[in-house]
Amino acid sequence: MRNILALAIKEFLALFRDKRSLLVIIGPPIMQLVIFGFAATYDLNHVPIAIYNQDEGEYSRDFISQIAGSENFTIIKSIDHDSEIPPLINNRKALLVVTIGPNFSADLHRHHHASIQAILDGRNSNTAMIAMNYLRTILFEFNQTWAQKHGLGSALTVQLKMRSWYNENLRSQWFIIPGIVGLLTLVVTLIVTSLSVAREREEGTFDQLLVTPMRPIEILLGKAIPGVVIGLFEASFIIVVAVTLFDIPLRGNIGALYLGLVLFILSATGLGLMISSIAVTQQQAVMGAFLFLVPAVILSGFSTPIANMPEALQWLTLLDPLRYFLTIVRGVFLEGDSYALLLNQYWPMAIISFISLAFAGWLFRHRMY
Amino acid sequence: MTHKQYPSLMRLSGLIRKEMWQIFRDPSSIGIAFLMPLLLLLLFGYGVSLDAKDIKLGIVIENPDLTTQSLAGSFERSDYFKPFPFSSIQEAQQALRERRITSILWLRNNFSEQLLSGQQAPISVIINAVDSNQANITKGYIQGVWLAWLTEYSAVQGKSLPLPVTLEQRVWFNPALSSRMFLVPGIIAIIMTLIGSLLTAMVVAREWERGTMEALMATPLHIGEMLLGKLVPYFILGMGGMLFSVAVAVWQFNVPLLGSLWILIISSALFMLVALLIGLLISILSKNQFVAGQIAILVTFLPAFILSGFLFDINSMPIAIQFITHIVPARYFVAILQTLFLAGDVWPVILSNLAALLIMFLFLFAIVWRKSYKRLD
Repeated sequence: MRNILALAIKEFLALFRDKRSLLVIIGPPIMQLVIFGFAATYDLNHVPIAIYNQDEGEYSRDFISQIAGSENFTIIKSIDHDSEIPPLINNRKALLVVTIGPNFSADLHRHHHASIQAILDGRNSNTAMIAMNYLRTILFEFNQTWAQKHGLGSALTVQLKMRSWYNENLRSQWFIIPGIVGLLTLVVTLIVTSLSVAREREEGTFDQLLVTPMRPIEILLGKAIPGVVIGLFEASFIIVVAVTLFDIPLRGNIGALYLGLVLFILSATGLGLMISSIAVTQQQAVMGAFLFLVPAVILSGFSTPIANMPEALQWLTLLDPLRYFLTIVRGVFLEGDSYALLLNQYWPMAIISFISLAFAGWLFRHRMY
Repeated sequence: MTHKQYPSLMRLSGLIRKEMWQIFRDPSSIGIAFLMPLLLLLLFGYGVSLDAKDIKLGIVIENPDLTTQSLAGSFERSDYFKPFPFSSIQEAQQALRERRITSILWLRNNFSEQLLSGQQAPISVIINAVDSNQANITKGYIQGVWLAWLTEYSAVQGKSLPLPVTLEQRVWFNPALSSRMFLVPGIIAIIMTLIGSLLTAMVVAREWERGTMEALMATPLHIGEMLLGKLVPYFILGMGGMLFSVAVAVWQFNVPLLGSLWILIISSALFMLVALLIGLLISILSKNQFVAGQIAILVTFLPAFILSGFLFDINSMPIAIQFITHIVPARYFVAILQTLFLAGDVWPVILSNLAALLIMFLFLFAIVWRKSYKRLD
């Protein structure tokens, strides 16, 4: 036990011997939380829109004033010729151009039917789809109001009444920021662990460690403690910032969150030490860390849902500890979950931790190089 | 005795040869240049998609009859939904809580009765909105199916639907609105950021750590030669990875490359140089592999992933954050790539972003040059 503690203290000293290392581990993750927290949102506001209105009647003016009144759009230009459309879209000046034909008001008045046209920049299809949905919502309200005014009133007999659970106002920050808690915790833990064995191997001090009377399990624990302690410390800080600065509701059981956090950090530590023990040089360790980190983020459901992936990849995500932790952190933050609902997220992380830590310990003595 | 040093091609090529040997001796550099792009492109090309399909929709019909059946049928026929029938709303809500389904469509007991008597007949929809983006997409699809069914239903009843204005949409550059088309070019920028910075950051930091940098400096090597000698081999390696990625994007994932190849190569080369210089700067500032590795992990992947506009729309970020995105080189390259691939040679977009990259390159080069000189003194 004393051995383990001594080694852990030595690891902390090695980590913080270089003041820059301390700065790297403490400063940037916190800065990144704040910057990413504000940056990472799928919600659009002030979408640049251009209007090509050929109609002179009142209805088109009504419609345009509804677009102008929307928070989601900013009318950047009113154009009067077709040829103005391509440069606006091509050069990314406008994300969409709405064209209203010359007979819009007259058609609407006579036949109760008219159409408008929207041209969108589809280079980012998600943004385009969201902007289109905003426009559809405005148009739908316009239609409803017009129908009511002109005696077509209650004809929409079947109404959709939509309710959103857990994230009532559909704010994407509520979804992304708990995700960033997981992301940054993973990055910090990897930074602390993935280089630790590789550096000693490269400098030759790991052999010295192996010939001491310490058993591999003791070395393993000594190496793992800094990762776990620093990971827990930073994650707690990030959670506090998420709640206080970003006002993300923390509705569930904190104990359930921390059980998940400990298991997650253990598995990240295990995988980091595993990468570090496989690598012969620090260069290889950093590359290994990236080869793990990037797919882990992509497959975790942080930014794109796992449910949209093909089945084979969905199976692959089961190896990704971040996947489980994101479910836990979002579940506890937004859905108010407690232990029972998260059971299926805990045990896979426990298995990943155990296997990766055991394998890392085994590699200490058996990795040939 | 002082004499001016002239750059020598022989010295330069010797240094480049030495770097090349180093690359081949530790195959992890080659791995990072080719394995990483392949892995990431395959993941992004096949796996990652923002386009919802098979949305798990719980359907509760309290009083089944022909009308409710035709409505439920519309959802069953849609590719976007995978229906799960429930016999009571309590069961469905429990399933929603346990994340077995993500949304519920609920037709109450008196739905058909209200509809037939000409009253308002509400359909209740409950969506798990934790992922607000997917919730929005789900809402849009449910509205689409609902409107289509309502139009059909009204037609059968001999009425027309009172939605006087219809919207015709035309989507340029990506008519199918497939997210793969913009994610694949975007990921190339992320990959290049990683390759460029990682390669140089670690390798040069190692030279500092082992003291071979000082040894190099004791030789008559000119500072420019030294920088070039470091940059050229990794530049070649990185460009190899770049062309490989483009080939995978075009041939494997059928992303159209509408712009010209030579513009793509020029802008990639410029971006690669910027990425390599960032790596070089990291290594010069840290001078040991441990810190260099830590910095590289922190400052490369996540900023490029989140702040480049590859996934999240930059225009919708707060002004202060938009300002910060300007120091992320991937931002400019993502804009160039998405335009070049999907829209073609749109000069205003390409030139303005190239200019930004050029300024970054000159700035970084000046810093790296100065910092290297200091060490020589």
